[in-house]
Amino acid sequence: MEHIVIIGNGISGVTAARHIRKLSNKKITIISAESDYFFSRTALMYVYMGHMKFEHTKPYEDWFWEKNRIDLKKGFVETIDTDTKTLHFSDGEKLDYDTLIIATGSKPNKFGWKGQDLKGVQGLYSKQDLENLELYAPNNKTCKRAVIVGGGLIGIELAEMLNSRNIPVTFLVRESSFWNGVLPDGESDMINRHIKNHHIDLRLSSNLKEIISDENGKVKSIIIEETNEEINCDFVGLTAGVSPNIDFIKHSDIETNEGVLVNRFLETNIPNVYAIGDCAEQREAIGNRKSIEAVWYTGRMMGEVLAQTICGHKMTYNPGHWFNSAKFFDIEYQTYGWVHGTKGKPDYEAHVHWKHDDDTKCITIAFNKNTNQFLGINTLGIRMRHEVFDRLLTEKRDIGYVINHLSEANFDPEFYKHYEQDIQNAYKNQLQIV
Amino acid sequence: MSNKLNQSMSLAKPDAQDLSAKQKIALAIGFTGCFILVLALFNTDFSNKSLFLTLSIALIAVGTIIFSNDAYLNTSKGIKNDGIWFKSISSKGVVGWLIGVLLTLFYIVLYFYPKYLGLTSNGESNTGLIALFDPLSDLLSSRPASQWFVYGTLYTVAILIFGYKFMLKYRNNRHEKLRTISVMFFQLAFAFLIPELMYRLNSDLPYYDLKSIWPLNYYNFERYRINQFIDAGDVGLGLLIFGIASILIITPILTYKYGKRWYCSWVCGCGALAETAGDPYRQLSDKRQIAWKIERWVVHSVLVFVVLMTTAVIYTYLGNDASKYWLTRKVFLLLVSTLLSLVFILTMIFKRKELGKDARYGAIGYFVIIITLIGLHYFSTDTKLFLFKSETLRTTYAFLIGSIFSGVIGTGFYPIFGSRVWCRFGCPMAAILGFQQRLFSKFRITTNGGQCISCGNCSTYCEMGIDVRAYAQKGENIVRSSCVGCGICSAVCPRGVLKLENGSMKGRINPTEILLGNDVNLMDLVNQK
Repeated sequence: MEHIVIIGNGISGVTAARHIRKLSNKKITIISAESDYFFSRTALMYVYMGHMKFEHTKPYEDWFWEKNRIDLKKGFVETIDTDTKTLHFSDGEKLDYDTLIIATGSKPNKFGWKGQDLKGVQGLYSKQDLENLELYAPNNKTCKRAVIVGGGLIGIELAEMLNSRNIPVTFLVRESSFWNGVLPDGESDMINRHIKNHHIDLRLSSNLKEIISDENGKVKSIIIEETNEEINCDFVGLTAGVSPNIDFIKHSDIETNEGVLVNRFLETNIPNVYAIGDCAEQREAIGNRKSIEAVWYTGRMMGEVLAQTICGHKMTYNPGHWFNSAKFFDIEYQTYGWVHGTKGKPDYEAHVHWKHDDDTKCITIAFNKNTNQFLGINTLGIRMRHEVFDRLLTEKRDIGYVINHLSEANFDPEFYKHYEQDIQNAYKNQLQIV
Repeated sequence: MSNKLNQSMSLAKPDAQDLSAKQKIALAIGFTGCFILVLALFNTDFSNKSLFLTLSIALIAVGTIIFSNDAYLNTSKGIKNDGIWFKSISSKGVVGWLIGVLLTLFYIVLYFYPKYLGLTSNGESNTGLIALFDPLSDLLSSRPASQWFVYGTLYTVAILIFGYKFMLKYRNNRHEKLRTISVMFFQLAFAFLIPELMYRLNSDLPYYDLKSIWPLNYYNFERYRINQFIDAGDVGLGLLIFGIASILIITPILTYKYGKRWYCSWVCGCGALAETAGDPYRQLSDKRQIAWKIERWVVHSVLVFVVLMTTAVIYTYLGNDASKYWLTRKVFLLLVSTLLSLVFILTMIFKRKELGKDARYGAIGYFVIIITLIGLHYFSTDTKLFLFKSETLRTTYAFLIGSIFSGVIGTGFYPIFGSRVWCRFGCPMAAILGFQQRLFSKFRITTNGGQCISCGNCSTYCEMGIDVRAYAQKGENIVRSSCVGCGICSAVCPRGVLKLENGSMKGRINPTEILLGNDVNLMDLVNQK
């Protein structure tokens, strides 16, 4: 029987395994060095905040794997020999495969800062990261101040986590406004204010110069590049993005760049070796998407597609319209289609922006100013329906149509106040100005 | 035992979840109010009962209000679940167990030893805790209090003060606020004030909480109540007809339009307590698949039990002589059998496919009832059903389900099993509404395309133990008979994935092979099968 071995038990690898099992009787083994069972990485923050216990992060009960004949193996793969189709583990063990799926995810970026490997300095990605966080920042007595470096989605989540335990946080953001490489200015500004409202010491346009150690090899303080200011702290969170976790592959025959290089079938240069999820790098980027997408749902989709290919129904990875979501403290964020921040904005892209007076809700709709075609929408504090925008984008509707059909897309709970009329008014006013 | 991933080695107390000074003062005020009740329990003779009763309830209310204000109003609007699993009270710690044991003991005394609360017999005046409530009872209905009046008052106070707390906690969410106002209103007006005032106006009427519908109100059609209804003239007859219409007409229509939530989360008193006082414990419900299996067997068995029990009880007090009254035993059994057969046949015709394996269990349940009914007719005498008395059946139900299950386990074990144990495993009303919600209702929880990140907040905070995430991460609507539609899964979702909706029956149940966002060729997928 064909033996399918999957390295990595995250969403990508597990989705592939589940769908292969649905479609076939092949032998499946999932390898992980991180945890015994699949858990939802996105929920680690809620474990620290006391919303959930670690058990709750496991989407499947422990009996699920045996029942579905998916073997789980705990171990760290050190090398891959693609000639003999053998995996070598760090404890000397070996495992043969017929088909190999690499789904090893990401690791936090470290940009060679001085002191980046000290105790109390870490990213937030793995279960082990969470355990270390519990060790170095359990409360505001042990951790009198924390510094977070990197103003992205994980950075703001880490700020929210530490804040939930009343640990004072200094948040260093390289950009001049939070996440403005992605968010348009109006939204980014609103989030800046929201962060400050939560008593976070937000430092914009600030880079890390170095991390200073105490006599025990633990972080004592950090220095800011721009001002040379020294900030005393007991914990430093490095959240300046992630990159593929593929160091162990570099010595194999599998071709890599930043990630494991794959084609649209998710095949690597070696037959019967595939890569999916965060660690895969498309040889050619798909549409406006990045060639490496470290997003939950893309990992899941690659798993779904690859299972089809492996089970004899060859299928390309073909992601539809871009969408994503996040939460910034109390404000939910959803995006459908492409809305660019000031930096990467194409010439033809124009925006309609509406913000509620309470400063926790706003919407930006992007359209092509030459053709009026709807390009995408960002919503903060208002929930929208994925299905509706997916359809509007496919139908290439114009901005006026979208504005008039916004109520169809509303996904807020019942009895919530609706703002479609306000948004339509904002649209009319802004058109007059233009 | 800490529930955290890893216990900190630090000597300092690891949890930054201490009470603030204001919260400590609030607790002191609230417990002083409780202490007055305890003193009364031990027969302290308060010279001015009105004053001390008022003082006690006021102190409890003020304490809770101050505590809630301090806990929630100083923070921004949003989800407030920080530290839930670190706090002893809400994570089955010492405080949780202590409250569980105290509540359980209270229910045992209430149901089986009311004399310890001060109930007296032979017309003597009340003593102890019950006597403390005499002035209020006198004010409302001009009669001395009973243990049920004490319980009803405390129950109502609990829903009101913890309802206030709940509304602050979810003050970002208009749906939750309105729902809570609704349960607070129905408890205060329908369960507490109206029955007392009705008694004042017409003391022949049986005590009737209009929103308590058979089979939740399992004793509604017992002989003594029917007699009372009939004796009370037109009003009584009207109430009796309302009681029958509630379950046969009103309930099916509302459940078709809105799902069972119109009752369980907006009206019902059991639901009201679970949603307010029980809110800190909602995350304790058992999410395992085995719990779901047990739930289905137990709750439907209770339903079969209550149908049989009620039929038997009514059967025994009906006559055989059609010339005296049209509703004879024979006619009654025929009516019940016809109604049940109709429900069964219609379900099998229209919903056979949806039911799958469950259809077999449904059929078994149905046949047990019908055969028993037939047996009832041929093998029973005037007082006995088969071998035992219908009275025995009734008292067994009242003891096992009415007291032990709904009270002692259902509420007493809040801090151990979560707040909806009764609603999930025991309530026959929930079983009927759930059956309809699953098969004949417009209600569903919609999931938002491919946005789910499988974090599990929804499942964790589902008080009914539904694994909401299992559906959301597959992009499937949640159509479950047990869902009471409280809306908390939608509230705690960090990605805006869940929405409670009433929509068309078509496409309500939507198993998906590939989630939205992945543009695979769907025709290929279909052809391949």
